[in-house]
Amino acid sequence: MIALSVKDLHVKINESHILHGVTFDVPAHKVTALLGRNGVGKSTTLKGILGLYPGTGSVQLHGQEIIGMPTYKIVQTGVAYVPEDREIFATLSVRENLALASRSKSNGEAFKTIYDLFPELNARASQLAGSLSGGQQQMVAIARALLNKNEILLVDEPTKGLAPKLVTEVANALEKTAHETTMLIVEQNLALVRRIADNVVVMDQGRVIFQGGPENLNDPAWVHQMLGVSGGSL
Amino acid sequence: MDTFILILITGIGLGALYFLIASGLSLIYGLMGVLNFAHGSFLTVGAFVGFWVASKMGFETSMPEFILAMIVGGLAAGLFALLIEQLLITRLYDRHIDQALVTVGVSLVVGAVLGGWFGNDLRMFPAPLWFLTAIDIGGAKIPADRVVYIVTALLLLIANWALLKFTRIGLIIRAGVENRNMVNALGINVRRAFSTVFFLGGFAAGVGGVLVSVYSNGVSPLIAGTYLIYGFIVVVIGGMGSVPGSFLAAMMIGIIRQFANYYATGLGDFVVVILLAVVLLIRPQGLLGKVRA
Repeated sequence: MIALSVKDLHVKINESHILHGVTFDVPAHKVTALLGRNGVGKSTTLKGILGLYPGTGSVQLHGQEIIGMPTYKIVQTGVAYVPEDREIFATLSVRENLALASRSKSNGEAFKTIYDLFPELNARASQLAGSLSGGQQQMVAIARALLNKNEILLVDEPTKGLAPKLVTEVANALEKTAHETTMLIVEQNLALVRRIADNVVVMDQGRVIFQGGPENLNDPAWVHQMLGVSGGSL
Repeated sequence: MDTFILILITGIGLGALYFLIASGLSLIYGLMGVLNFAHGSFLTVGAFVGFWVASKMGFETSMPEFILAMIVGGLAAGLFALLIEQLLITRLYDRHIDQALVTVGVSLVVGAVLGGWFGNDLRMFPAPLWFLTAIDIGGAKIPADRVVYIVTALLLLIANWALLKFTRIGLIIRAGVENRNMVNALGINVRRAFSTVFFLGGFAAGVGGVLVSVYSNGVSPLIAGTYLIYGFIVVVIGGMGSVPGSFLAAMMIGIIRQFANYYATGLGDFVVVILLAVVLLIRPQGLLGKVRA
């Protein structure tokens, strides 16, 4: 079953054409990794799906067209977002960051799940989010997305700029989450991708150039040709 | 000593008036990036509606009647602000030059309409008589109305703080001041917060309008002029989007201006502008403002 279907998505930002008809599917209850070199439009694709950048073409969530809707409505239909630079609210406490994200009043159960997944956030609930370490901020960003019932989770470079130990922690959290939801993840860390991805979509210059299974990631020549990198380790 | 206390407290009283206009300006800019030049017209609308209510009571008002006039003036200004936001500002988000032009236009229209209707002469505001008495504080004779300004500003500061701290809409506003795109990306319609902020900013400005009318010995379509300018200076010095910053800056400016005017007649405005320049050079984000990412 297809959860999210992107067809011929074009995005222009200030007259420059970033996405030239991106087309791919995200199967339900699977993790799909969106890969490619820097600047090929991976983050823009996520933002285009969310309506943060206006786009043309078609984006369907379980058959419902969401392109052109305001961002907040797209999110309400069940699209959760973990942004590239975490974008937590630095002047709010951890608890306030989470309370803001939770759209349901009866959220006790959701908070319990979150605090089970990230016990550290429970311990630091009254601390200002701006005073957290990068890894802890990433946990807030992920927790924020998990508080609501979602159809799909869009995750943009969750391990970017994190120390190796924290990468492992975030990877563990994502792996746990992956069992419960559909995920579309942009990630440079190939070891993490190999660990959690069921499908791989590769982009180049604003287009999709490959969609298929993750087996190829074990082939160094393929990886070098597609992504311009060799290996990638955890 | 008594002169010192007198100048200090009248300075705080003046600062209180600045705060009433600056608090709304600061939140509106902080949340939406809108430089709202129409804010002075919110003050004027509040002043005229408050005047209308107070006039119904006679040539003087009792304290409860005056408070009623203040609240009705504030509500009218809040609704007027909401109307402007819905009719004009919602169409112009992220178009900063257009916003400036349209809001300047609104203030000109409001000034002209009220001027055509009532004339530009001051009309005596029916205030309680005891405003004219003096209160003895440490040997200084403080005009009683100053105390009313200060108490009103403090009450609004506390109400503002409580709303921002303890309500969901307050949480959304605080988050929106920091990063409104991300608030949207959490599935929250941040524009609802915009409307709330416009209403609250209008309310505070309207209440301020009634008090400014008392301070300036009457209402006229022209009373808002210098207060809007001082409001902007307060917002810049206090930090865009920070209500406590506005409070601090408003008090500072009120006090400094009164002292400067006492010791070097007429230099008050000059000293404030120098202060503004110094703050912009040393701390461009303002006293309690956040550096924008």
